[in-house]
Amino acid sequence: MNCLLCGVGGQGTVLASRLIAQCAMDAGAFARTSETIGMAQRGGSVVSHVRWHDHAGAIPSPLIPLGGADALIGFEPGEAVRCLPYLKPGGAAVVSVNGVTSAVAALSGNQPDAAVFVDYLRKAAPNLILLDGAEIARRVGSAKTLNMALLGAAARLLGFSVESMLDALRKRLSPRLVELNRLALEEGAAASGSARTVNPKEGSI
Amino acid sequence: MSGKMLLMGNEAIAYGAVDAGVSFVSGYPGTPSTEALEAVARLKPPGAHVEWSVNEKAALETAAGAAYAGARALVTMKQVGLNVASDPLMSLNYVGVKGGLVILSADDPGPISSQTEQDTRRFAQFARLPVLDPSSPEEAYAMARAAFALSERFRVPVLLRPTTRVCHACSVVERMKPEPLVKPSGFVKGKEWVIFPRLSFEAKKRLVAREPELADAQRPFNFIEETRGDLPARIGIACGGIGAAYAREAALSLGLRCRILKVGASNPFPEALAVEFINGLDCVLAVEELDPVIEDGLRPLMDGVALRGKRDGSMPIAGELSAAIIEDALRVMVPALSLDGGKDGEPPPLSSSGDISTCGGDKGVGSAPSLIAAAALRPTEAVSGEEMERQPRLPLAVPIGGDAAAQAEGASPNAAADEPAPTPPIRPPILCAGCPHRASFYAVKRAAKGRKAIFCGDIGCYTLGNAPPLDMVDTCLCMGAGVTIAQGLKSADPDAHCFAFIGDSTFFHSGMTGALNAVYNRADMIIIVLDNRTTGMTGRQPHPGTGESAVGEPAPKADIGAILLALGVTSVRRANPFDIEEAIETTHEAMDETGVRAVIFEAPCIAVAKPGRPMAVDASRCVGCQVCVKALGCPALSFMPSPYQQGRIAARIDASMCTGCSICSQICPTECIQPLDGPKGGDTA
Repeated sequence: MNCLLCGVGGQGTVLASRLIAQCAMDAGAFARTSETIGMAQRGGSVVSHVRWHDHAGAIPSPLIPLGGADALIGFEPGEAVRCLPYLKPGGAAVVSVNGVTSAVAALSGNQPDAAVFVDYLRKAAPNLILLDGAEIARRVGSAKTLNMALLGAAARLLGFSVESMLDALRKRLSPRLVELNRLALEEGAAASGSARTVNPKEGSI
Repeated sequence: MSGKMLLMGNEAIAYGAVDAGVSFVSGYPGTPSTEALEAVARLKPPGAHVEWSVNEKAALETAAGAAYAGARALVTMKQVGLNVASDPLMSLNYVGVKGGLVILSADDPGPISSQTEQDTRRFAQFARLPVLDPSSPEEAYAMARAAFALSERFRVPVLLRPTTRVCHACSVVERMKPEPLVKPSGFVKGKEWVIFPRLSFEAKKRLVAREPELADAQRPFNFIEETRGDLPARIGIACGGIGAAYAREAALSLGLRCRILKVGASNPFPEALAVEFINGLDCVLAVEELDPVIEDGLRPLMDGVALRGKRDGSMPIAGELSAAIIEDALRVMVPALSLDGGKDGEPPPLSSSGDISTCGGDKGVGSAPSLIAAAALRPTEAVSGEEMERQPRLPLAVPIGGDAAAQAEGASPNAAADEPAPTPPIRPPILCAGCPHRASFYAVKRAAKGRKAIFCGDIGCYTLGNAPPLDMVDTCLCMGAGVTIAQGLKSADPDAHCFAFIGDSTFFHSGMTGALNAVYNRADMIIIVLDNRTTGMTGRQPHPGTGESAVGEPAPKADIGAILLALGVTSVRRANPFDIEEAIETTHEAMDETGVRAVIFEAPCIAVAKPGRPMAVDASRCVGCQVCVKALGCPALSFMPSPYQQGRIAARIDASMCTGCSICSQICPTECIQPLDGPKGGDTA
């Protein structure tokens, strides 16, 4: 199973990918991740690769090949478009519809509208779940929980229950942050239920 | 003075550099290299800066700064010093130089006066840099001179690695006509001086792609010669450095007529010449001190011809060589030389040509390896300085790095889509909203406005100050090098105000060394410490200034200002970068002084400080002048269509990102940015 996460530095892709790997490990699989850490962490495009399989030998390297991702979790629509070539034909994408301003684009006055990317995703990614991450953040009370909302929305696609994600979350977060993140996780899961969902028979997962 | 002189190898290198017009010389003492810088200091070339640096890293970085501005620069050290300088070296190969930069790294086989028996030629391979390996003081003179032109042609540092018996030997050296001292052309700003992952990716490819051209340019340093004995043998000696001198002597002593491959520039290995050399031989002996560099270069080319050297025990793996050691090895290889017929058994039959055949070869003359060019054995005279001077000096080439990468990154259409994918905006890493570095850069930029200034950056979050609109990082090489490069640049570009920006953690890492180096060598520059009380870029690790240990326990807290004063800086000022006027004024005060001055901008990283109340734009008063967005490049700031005036735009602040640092509010001409009322969260637009 290959899951690619992409977004903008600071949105929490690293923690999200670690949680997926933790879930996979807890389920008895061997997991590998590769993340963008360091110079790109603030405001830059970031990508995390998460791979898991029953046999370590089946995933010898940490990077997902182009066209090899079973699922794509997009924290930002433009970044999701940028990484769409990683998605397998028929693979599922969970994407937050809210754009993040690029300071460079803002400077040149050339900031594209997030809707352009969302529209493209609707056409190009047949198995698509769109999530209003900003709305969930408002309800939960923190803009920093977008990652959990997306994980909640993607849990079923990845083959994990929200409960197992919550277990993984408890292992990796300090107790005082668990409640807030649990809320976001559940909001995300609920939202994906009401959003356009994947027909399991059509999806590759 | 010119003409013939008796010079020690190190002095010959000094003369070679001076005659090449060197104007910046730095180094750290270390046997067997020390006399080179001492000789330059005695010669006192007019207009040249000569310094003993605090260490080899500082020496290489200051010299790099001078070479960025077009000066010819020499750095001197011993081989273990190169370990200390390896941090700048391994990045400088990518960034490159404008003026010729030659690094004398003297090796010490034995070792006689060193901790290690390391081989600088290996370092050259590691860094993909040219390395010249003189076999005598006279050759050291010629190579030192020629190295500057080679460095300028390929825009990379060139290593010069003599060994003890060259450094500390004397011989008659004929000085050639000196080149006129070229006044450094000055520093020209460009993104090629700022190391970034993309630049390194492109630079590495370029270094490899240019290897054939480099090999061609290095041909004068590599040649085949034939010894003049009465006893011909189909053996060859491949040698470099002082080993070449011993090899010639051993052949002479034995009366052996054989082929010699002299490798004076081993990186990249001169393969075509080596194939020519091997052709028709039965056996080759590799003769070199320290590591089997030439031997390893030959091995894949041997095509069945036997190769002897360090790897089969024919030559000692450690310690110095001597002619006697080589004679012994040659006796084993050429049984006719030996009274007992050689260790390898029976004397081989004579060949039809009358040459004495040799042991070890598993093939005859007829089955010689195919040649790249069927050239006959060509005895070559040793390379002369004059010959080297004829090497072409090409104009400076190839702009480095660029935006191509960013442009190439666009989304490719997904197979499932019928239409091409819209191109997502370029999203390079940037300073966070509320980052105190943005305020510091902005303040210094304002303070230096209208004056010639060079801003040297360093490694950390604040490297991102290179991006527009701040554009405040003119150089970046490696940890701590901002301070030293600023010093070197100032030396070669004295009209410029030279600033060095360094973070608190980087200051402790290696900035203190550069600060002391600048003070000791009477530099004129301003050190700007960006003290955000953490190691930001890597994720908020504590350091000696935080008062906390790695495991979260209390630790002694170092005071950067006190350290700077103890190092001897002229003045230390502290300012809060978020008070823009105060920060500008403080910078002005420092600029009006001379010597090494320091300004410490103190404000914690947003990742360790509690955010303040976010700011909001009163769109009814915003005139859409865009000053805030275009001056600061804050990710929380953008434009939107003005809700009050048709066809106008207004600034917009993303309250979820804004930390309330207020610098946009301070620079807004209409004072339309004020703290947001009510609880944090939500969007103000």
